[in-house]
Amino acid sequence: MAEGAETLLVIACGALAREIVALKRLNGWSDMAVECLPPELHNRPEQIPAAVQGAIRAARGHYARIFVAYADCGTGGMLDAMLETEGIARLPGAHCYEFFATAAVFAELSEAEPGTFYLTDFLVRHFDRLVIEGLGLDRHPELLPEYFRNYRRLVYLVQSANAELSAAARAAAARLGLAYEERRTGYGGLASSLGQIATVSLASTGLRRGPGAWPR
Amino acid sequence: MGEDSTETFDLNTLNDQELTEQVHDDLYNGLKEEIVAATNIFLARGWGPDKVLNDALVEGMRIVGIDFRDGILFVPEVLLAANAMKAGMEILRPLLAETGAEPIGKVVIGTVKGDIHDIGKNLVSMMLEGAGFEVINLGINNPVENYLAALEEHKPDILGMSALLTTTMPYMKVVIDTLKQKGLRDKYIVMVGGAPLNDDFAKAIGADAYCRDAAIAVEMAKTLIAARRAAAR
Repeated sequence: MAEGAETLLVIACGALAREIVALKRLNGWSDMAVECLPPELHNRPEQIPAAVQGAIRAARGHYARIFVAYADCGTGGMLDAMLETEGIARLPGAHCYEFFATAAVFAELSEAEPGTFYLTDFLVRHFDRLVIEGLGLDRHPELLPEYFRNYRRLVYLVQSANAELSAAARAAAARLGLAYEERRTGYGGLASSLGQIATVSLASTGLRRGPGAWPR
Repeated sequence: MGEDSTETFDLNTLNDQELTEQVHDDLYNGLKEEIVAATNIFLARGWGPDKVLNDALVEGMRIVGIDFRDGILFVPEVLLAANAMKAGMEILRPLLAETGAEPIGKVVIGTVKGDIHDIGKNLVSMMLEGAGFEVINLGINNPVENYLAALEEHKPDILGMSALLTTTMPYMKVVIDTLKQKGLRDKYIVMVGGAPLNDDFAKAIGADAYCRDAAIAVEMAKTLIAARRAAAR
């Protein structure tokens, strides 16, 4: 493989695309290619293992290493079972809320109020499409209490502070009839996991690191 | 432009067969008012509440369940259908109680601790009730103590547990292990369900069955109760 070529492929949930690209740019992970799957899989987790497996198999032979930027994401271990057969690692944790917030903080939030609805930057940006339309609330607003009657609050896990997104998240909470809170998480476990895999990738392939290329 | 396809018509003009098929269509389309009207028409025609329930409502929901499983219908449509069926069952429930028919089994069901999701669990409860089970619905966020108290009080045939989250589904094992520790596990059939679960998980935690959807839960409940009763003879 020629020096400078992309040797690491990250197969990612489309909901993480912006964050992964930002981390890649920030850390100079020039040997990392990113392929994103449709974020709509967030609402159909049973389809995630097959979609990820298809992407892995299509990429075999083209990259020295492959990493999957999904958590379990509601697959109930099915993603892990598939990844074990393929010999591929993934992000730790149950879902993006957990790896952004970190496991300890997420556990604390869940225990304090099990009826917590979480949003990330991505979900705030695409709230109408993925939450309102995804749950059919645009067509059937009368279903709102069916979905949300047991929720008490909305916690916006902030990756990148932005007044416009905060206002949108607050409006989303009001629309769902929930109390509103914000937690600044940054990229959390996404940054550390990708940093580790990028480091191993460069080291194992013998590529020279560029100036400032290592993750901090 | 032709006739308005949404134009309403008098359900009374349909014969029994046509009205039954209309109820199936109206359930499919989540039309609550039409289901209420048709249920009352059937009763006025002298149908027994059990026949209205089985031939019209339960059969209609069975069709909805099949199309949900096959990816033709999605959660919003199933919720609307369930709400429509619930409205019909509200009318039938007191009439069914008057018949004095014995339930075919008793089920205690609830969502596990830390989990507040109940859409699927409530659908299963409704379908079990429609199939003739007595259902004690414990609601959401149940610690093991709630399950134990309900088992002691109601002495059901089946314990049903539901979880939607990968983070909460392991709690099912806590409940089952507690039953084992107290020597109660073999007294009950334990059925589990929820989106992230599967057969392997159910086996691993020591449940008797994993139920992928409400229709399967009903069939599984009937099958396992029949097997247990046959074994006890």
